[in-house]
Amino acid sequence: MSYAGFKTLFPKSDLIGFAVLAVILVIVLPLAVDIFRLNLIGKYLTYAFVAVGLVLCWGSGGILSLGQGVFFGLGGYGMAMFLKLEASSPENTAIQSTPGIPDFMDWNQLTELPWFWEPFHSLTFTVLAIVLVPSLFAYIIGVAMFKRRVGGVYFAIITQAVAAILTILIIGQQGYTGGVNGITDLRTLNGWDIRSDEAKYIFYFLCVFLLFVCLGVAQYVRKSKLGRLLVAMREMEDRVRFSGYDVSNFKIFVFCLGAAFAAVGGAMFTLQVGFMSPTLVGIVPSIEMVIFCAVGGRLSILGAVYGALVVNWAKTTLSESFPELWLFAMGALFIAVVMAFPNGLAGLYSKYCEPYIKQKLKSFRAGRGGDVMAEGVAHERQ
Amino acid sequence: MFADYSTSELMSIFAMQGFAGLILFSVFVLMALGLAIIFGQMGVINMAHGEFMILGAYVTYLTSNVFADYMPSLFGSYFFIAMILAFIAAGALGMFVEWALIRHLYKRPLDTLLATWGLSLILQQIYRSVFGAREVGVTLPDWLMGSIQLTDIVEVPINGIFVMSLAITISLIVAILMYKSRWGIQVRSVVQNRPMAGAVGINTARVDRLTFGLGCGIAGVAGSAFTMIGSTGPTSGQLYIVDTFLVVVFGGAQSLLGTIASAFTISQAQSTMEFFLSGSMSKVLTLLFVVGILMLRPQGLFSLKVRR
Repeated sequence: MSYAGFKTLFPKSDLIGFAVLAVILVIVLPLAVDIFRLNLIGKYLTYAFVAVGLVLCWGSGGILSLGQGVFFGLGGYGMAMFLKLEASSPENTAIQSTPGIPDFMDWNQLTELPWFWEPFHSLTFTVLAIVLVPSLFAYIIGVAMFKRRVGGVYFAIITQAVAAILTILIIGQQGYTGGVNGITDLRTLNGWDIRSDEAKYIFYFLCVFLLFVCLGVAQYVRKSKLGRLLVAMREMEDRVRFSGYDVSNFKIFVFCLGAAFAAVGGAMFTLQVGFMSPTLVGIVPSIEMVIFCAVGGRLSILGAVYGALVVNWAKTTLSESFPELWLFAMGALFIAVVMAFPNGLAGLYSKYCEPYIKQKLKSFRAGRGGDVMAEGVAHERQ
Repeated sequence: MFADYSTSELMSIFAMQGFAGLILFSVFVLMALGLAIIFGQMGVINMAHGEFMILGAYVTYLTSNVFADYMPSLFGSYFFIAMILAFIAAGALGMFVEWALIRHLYKRPLDTLLATWGLSLILQQIYRSVFGAREVGVTLPDWLMGSIQLTDIVEVPINGIFVMSLAITISLIVAILMYKSRWGIQVRSVVQNRPMAGAVGINTARVDRLTFGLGCGIAGVAGSAFTMIGSTGPTSGQLYIVDTFLVVVFGGAQSLLGTIASAFTISQAQSTMEFFLSGSMSKVLTLLFVVGILMLRPQGLFSLKVRR
């Protein structure tokens, strides 16, 4: 990419924002907290993937999906299926009545691996499936909805119903999916223990790296013509349509992109936390993911990352010490973010902090410039 | 899946499951009516609707306890008092919520969704703190117990019949209110054209508040009816909210008749399939069917012909 292209993609203020986030995630946090907490932060960051996707769909495009948990779950389950198959090698599962299949299948009287589990023996297939299956699913939903001009509230309700359907399906089909417990007891990735501290560090940095890849893609989309069209669609869909654009295609694309981000987050969740269960797929987690995005600021991709971190950190802290308070706090957060600060943390920052910082910088520069001038005057006098 | 049963058995199964479906239908109708008014008429997504219903259920539970402790002789009639109290409690809370929250958000429907979801979390936690996390049930009066034997195999529970007649009565009242009363005309005119309705002298803010209150009040009555057939816990309402929204959307958001028709279709499909498949599979298939239809016909079964 040329230098000028880079400048338009990352204007100075955005570049500073990215750099600050990178310093916090790559240097400050790993040095400041122990591995247990760092692993937790890694878990929060997996939600940031979803939140960034939601900024594109909801903040830019105006499409509110209440079913992002579906894509998060599909990605997570894809990863979990691969790890589970590796953990259930015939040697490990010799005590089962059918060795070589995952333990929950054995408990549910399955005697052979279902067909859709077979390809997950391959890591290459798994990695591809993690991104492609949710994107394809999002594409199908997107084509069905947006081509028929279903949007707004109806889209939200239907995606929520899809989340409900998938959860019920996973819980109901215990033999194929692990039921309500999910897929647990994951041990190794190609023979490498994923539960060691070393692995946790590596996964954390991998997670941060992938997050920045997603952030870069999101930034590219927002700065491109597509991003401007999305905003135009959000504001006045009909005018974009009358200008000759096929609105639905843009919506489908951005919805698929959001789904792919969520799926990567889900896969990283499985790797870092070591299980996947339907409690991360359903209606409640899906709507919580929206609140991460809303708290961070629905228009800011960096804000979404901070939103996911802050809300999850608050959730962990509050529900550890005051479990009853947490639902109140969460409820109040939903209401406050809608009523009082609809642009979230990013909005607060650009309203209150940014002018202050700018002014400080200005006076700092002016002060330095003034010194130079004063020196010049002094030279002249001599 | 039908091969294992004889024809007469199949008929009885369909009759029994059909009746069980009718009870589900009644709950759906009662919940969806309130939601259809709020969502269909006002365009507000009330995610806390289930919690308004549970409020009604808890009010009924409290009333039944009061009657059992202080007026055992009148216990048989407690339900009617409870229903009225539930309507008032849920309606009053609804009007308060409209005043405090919803009226600021009429132009942002997706934001009402998030705000009312927050409200539902708060209400759930309040219920949990006040009534405990365990589910509570009411004692049915004697005249609602037992069942009527229709044939050798088919029998119908009396409380089911009662809930059903309740649902029908309330639907009729709502229909009359919406289509025959002066207030109904005001509501519909505000929905169709808010500035114009205001210009001809309708107090639109007041109409909004009353409409929201009525929708929530009906949810409270639904909660009352709900205690007849199940027990109540802090999160019971959330279990129904997605189904109810689908009922409303499937029926065509602005049509009361559509709401009733779709509640009937969904509940019957679910309960008939439940006998042959597992409960979860029948629910998945029903929801998939509804979502599929909605993709083909986004405006729902019955839609108003409005030129936009």
